[in-house]
Amino acid sequence: MSGTTPRQQWLAILARASRAEIESLAGGLGALPDHDVLKAPETGTVMVEGRAGGAGRRFNLGEATVTRCVVRLGDGTMGFSYALGRDGRKARLAAVIDGLLQGEGEAGPLRSGVAELATRQQAARTLASRKAAATKVDFFTLVRGA
Amino acid sequence: MYVAVKGGEAAILATHDLIAEARRGNEAVPELAVAQIREQMGLACARIMNEGSLYDPDLAALALKQAQGDAIEAAFLMRAYRTTLPRFGSSEPVDTAQMAIRRRVSATYKDLPGGQVLGPTYDYTHRLFDFALMDGASPVAVPAAAADLLDATMPRVPDILGAEGLMEAEEPPEGDPRPFDLTREPVSFPADRDVRLQAMARGDEGFMLGLGYSVQRGYGNSHPFVGEVRVGEVSVEFVPEELGFAVDLGEITLTECQMVNQFNGTKDVPPQFTRGYGLAFGHAERKAMSMSLVDRALKAREFGEAAEYPAQQDEFVLYHSDNVEAAGFVEHLKLPHYVDFQGELELIRRIRREREQRLAGEIQETQVQETQDTLPEAAE
Repeated sequence: MSGTTPRQQWLAILARASRAEIESLAGGLGALPDHDVLKAPETGTVMVEGRAGGAGRRFNLGEATVTRCVVRLGDGTMGFSYALGRDGRKARLAAVIDGLLQGEGEAGPLRSGVAELATRQQAARTLASRKAAATKVDFFTLVRGA
Repeated sequence: MYVAVKGGEAAILATHDLIAEARRGNEAVPELAVAQIREQMGLACARIMNEGSLYDPDLAALALKQAQGDAIEAAFLMRAYRTTLPRFGSSEPVDTAQMAIRRRVSATYKDLPGGQVLGPTYDYTHRLFDFALMDGASPVAVPAAAADLLDATMPRVPDILGAEGLMEAEEPPEGDPRPFDLTREPVSFPADRDVRLQAMARGDEGFMLGLGYSVQRGYGNSHPFVGEVRVGEVSVEFVPEELGFAVDLGEITLTECQMVNQFNGTKDVPPQFTRGYGLAFGHAERKAMSMSLVDRALKAREFGEAAEYPAQQDEFVLYHSDNVEAAGFVEHLKLPHYVDFQGELELIRRIRREREQRLAGEIQETQVQETQDTLPEAAE
């Protein structure tokens, strides 16, 4: 997403992280802070929309599974998690992390943990792009009847 | 009319155990893990996600395992599971121009911005068995990685023609309306393009392929070029009401096909190229290409073309493309129809009885006539 807020960016990074990565991020805090689960992890769907021709009329492509969770930290901050898939544990931890990140300065430990995840995700994208680039092709058109 | 039956519980329970045993196969062979299917049967999983109309690679792999690899049965499992889930809402329309491209080819332009990227494809393989795969533990070659990345974004090929004014414009209708959802509302005909695209996206790949092929062979007016096929990852964004801003839910793999077709023009429209569009979950090129062929064929009415063939008739295509519905109606014939059949049996016996009586009556009449007839040849 371009032109996004820091919170949108970390939500995107958390959504792409594996459960193990989120657990490791949360594990770095020691014990999880006290929090109320306002909306227990719930799996549902989001209808994915496309556009005819890529830019035209909207249409429903099909649904995708999504799991969400909402928590409230002791100081009243609300933490959210919305991510593709059906992982309730990841959703709850990510919601707590979202809550904590909102109260943390830019040099905080969670911020740097999220930055590490972002670096790893970017590296994976870069490698995929370089591998695809190795299959770039120039076909030559033969002259007919030559 | 179908008359319900009851009973058979013990036999049905026994068949559940028997199918589980058949599914497992020889227990001396290790059981498949769902993660293995997800990772190593990715193209099959993509098909299940499309026809099951639910993006979730883990569930698609589970469906394939549970259905013993029967694609339609697996799609049915996905559809059934989907109905148990609440729907949080609709995503923002995905932006395929922002796709992280792994494959992108065009049959219309050799040199195009961003280049031709073969990516992972069987297109240029020899279709010879690789017996190393039979032995397992075959070492995987490490693919080469170029020093430079692909362009971050690549223009969609029809948009290049569009810039020249040679391509049918593709713009949202006034007000960019919410799309029709055939999972929630009954379809009526003629169906608009959003309905058609949704139905085709969840349609059977084989059926769509056959229809697309029929269009190419002359059962529909189509002379297409692949403007572009692209495969890669796209972010899905969703605006939860309670947050009020777009949340990036992660990435899904999509395959998009833009078919470029000739159009001779009409009194009002100059000759130009027209579009056929296909979009599918996962890496699913054959599906996206077939869909784009039929999408163009179904625009016959919009372009004032005669709709003479199946692929041009929305009612035919939409009513027969859903393999879960089609399989249900075809396969329900296996279920007990004893009462219906007894009725038919009774009917056909009665008709035969009446026919025999009628014939017997006619013979008598003929005999009466014959005795009255003086012409000897009439007795033959």
